[in-house]
Amino acid sequence: MHDARLGPAFLATGSSSFADFLSQQAPELLPSRRALPEGDAAGLAPHGTTIVAATYPGGVVMAGDRRATMGNIIAQRDIEKVFPADEFSCVGIAGTAGIAVEMVRLFATELEHYEKIEGTTLSMDGKANRLAALIRANLGLAMQGLAVVPLFAGYDLTTSQGRIFSYDVTGGRYEETAFHSVGSGSLFARGSLKKLYRDDLDVDGCVTAVVQALYDAADDDSATGGPDMTRRIFPVVGVITEAGYRRMPDSEVAGIADRVIAARMDRPDGPAASLT
Amino acid sequence: MSMPFYVSPEQLMKDRADFARKGIARGRSLVVVQYADGIVFVSENLSQALHKVSEIYDRIAFAAVGRYNEFENLRIAGVRLADMRGYAYDRRDVTGRGLANAYAQTLGTIFSSGGEKPYEVEIFVAEVGERPEDDQVYRLTYDGQVADEHGFAVMGGAAEPPTTYLREHYRAGMDLEDAIRLATQALGRGEGESRTIPSGNLEVAVLDRTRSRERKFRRVTATELGRVLGNGDSPAPVPGTSTDPSGSHDPVAGADTGSDVPTPEEPLTGEPDRPGDPPVAPPIS
Repeated sequence: MHDARLGPAFLATGSSSFADFLSQQAPELLPSRRALPEGDAAGLAPHGTTIVAATYPGGVVMAGDRRATMGNIIAQRDIEKVFPADEFSCVGIAGTAGIAVEMVRLFATELEHYEKIEGTTLSMDGKANRLAALIRANLGLAMQGLAVVPLFAGYDLTTSQGRIFSYDVTGGRYEETAFHSVGSGSLFARGSLKKLYRDDLDVDGCVTAVVQALYDAADDDSATGGPDMTRRIFPVVGVITEAGYRRMPDSEVAGIADRVIAARMDRPDGPAASLT
Repeated sequence: MSMPFYVSPEQLMKDRADFARKGIARGRSLVVVQYADGIVFVSENLSQALHKVSEIYDRIAFAAVGRYNEFENLRIAGVRLADMRGYAYDRRDVTGRGLANAYAQTLGTIFSSGGEKPYEVEIFVAEVGERPEDDQVYRLTYDGQVADEHGFAVMGGAAEPPTTYLREHYRAGMDLEDAIRLATQALGRGEGESRTIPSGNLEVAVLDRTRSRERKFRRVTATELGRVLGNGDSPAPVPGTSTDPSGSHDPVAGADTGSDVPTPEEPLTGEPDRPGDPPVAPPIS
């Protein structure tokens, strides 16, 4: 892959972007540098489905269901789709799982690389823009059915609040307020959160709201997995506060999911919102 | 017809080595010490922004003395190499040995090529392992030589007095605070006289294997350093190691740098600094 001596590209000055460096030194490692034959490739690989994120005073919560599908087949029951990108941000992925996971790995390396070279972390908007650039580079593959649509959330240390960014396949970047959802079950999850979300929730309340939203998404979308009671598989929940990213332990998520399911035994459609 | 001057290869190499050695010796020394939970780097550095010690990867750190622009270049190359390997393979596949080899080849090629000025740098590449036995410290010199160091090592400036001091006082399995105190005292040793380095002039960083995060590198903050060294300027003696009858805390006037103390170097060039000069920004790289 490289000579014994560090080549000129390694010693060149100017760029603190890992993706830029890779595009010169080892472009074959970039997720977007794949030549695909003509035609639709959407059925080739597993797809991840629903990601939900919501802010609360003091942080932001992101949760993803555990199902990956290939057409009518459930490809994996316990896939993880929420990843920490660095200490204060995380990415949830929907779309072609293989390319999405690779893109998140590249994104996480990009953030760490910048931090090590510049001695400081990127701003929250800087991180969101870098992710947009990576998605933009994937447009060719997206048009052949291998789209990746992540949801990005993090804690902004300068404004002391949780922030959420959504993207489209062309790399468009949109900041969301309060909550957002992506993936096949996102319509149902968003509808659910509309009725459940309040801006004064604490962390447990916020996690309960996103677990309810994922339950509603799984209820109406066949590609989204609900809590798997027999195998004890529960959504992956990431919580980011000023103390950094923390993956909520399965035992805590299980407790919340159990309460949600117990309540649904009485009222399968979930909590009723008041009419006015 | 004019004949080119003949210079024997031995003389050529010797001249280049002398040139590099002189440049390195102008700067201040840097000490690396292995302690129970990892590896600590201590150096005298007036700049808060221009670091001599930096993170390369999860378990690997880089420390250098000499010309700032040259070792900064090597540091960035190391970060690029490590990140690319970690991305292409896995995080665990990035090793200090691989990095030390790449640096050795680079420095060696530059040193022996006629067209390039030899780098005036000396480097430590350290990797912290799961257990103290797995820790590795490599010393790389300007000509690409690699040496494996154990326990402690000193490079740059007048390295001999601190090395002697460490040889007498170092013991394996120290805790972090003792290791920092010992390294600070060692740095204060000069030819004949010794001095106390104020904690504000120190750059201290550790590779701490007990950190829960994957990235084991952290800088020791000024507050923590002040607490460890006591009052921010006079290092307390290391318990159980002070066998030197003259004592390890000589009455040198604290933070006041006397006239017998060499002026700190200017970080960009490694040249002695003129007092009152503002710090120079690093080159964009």
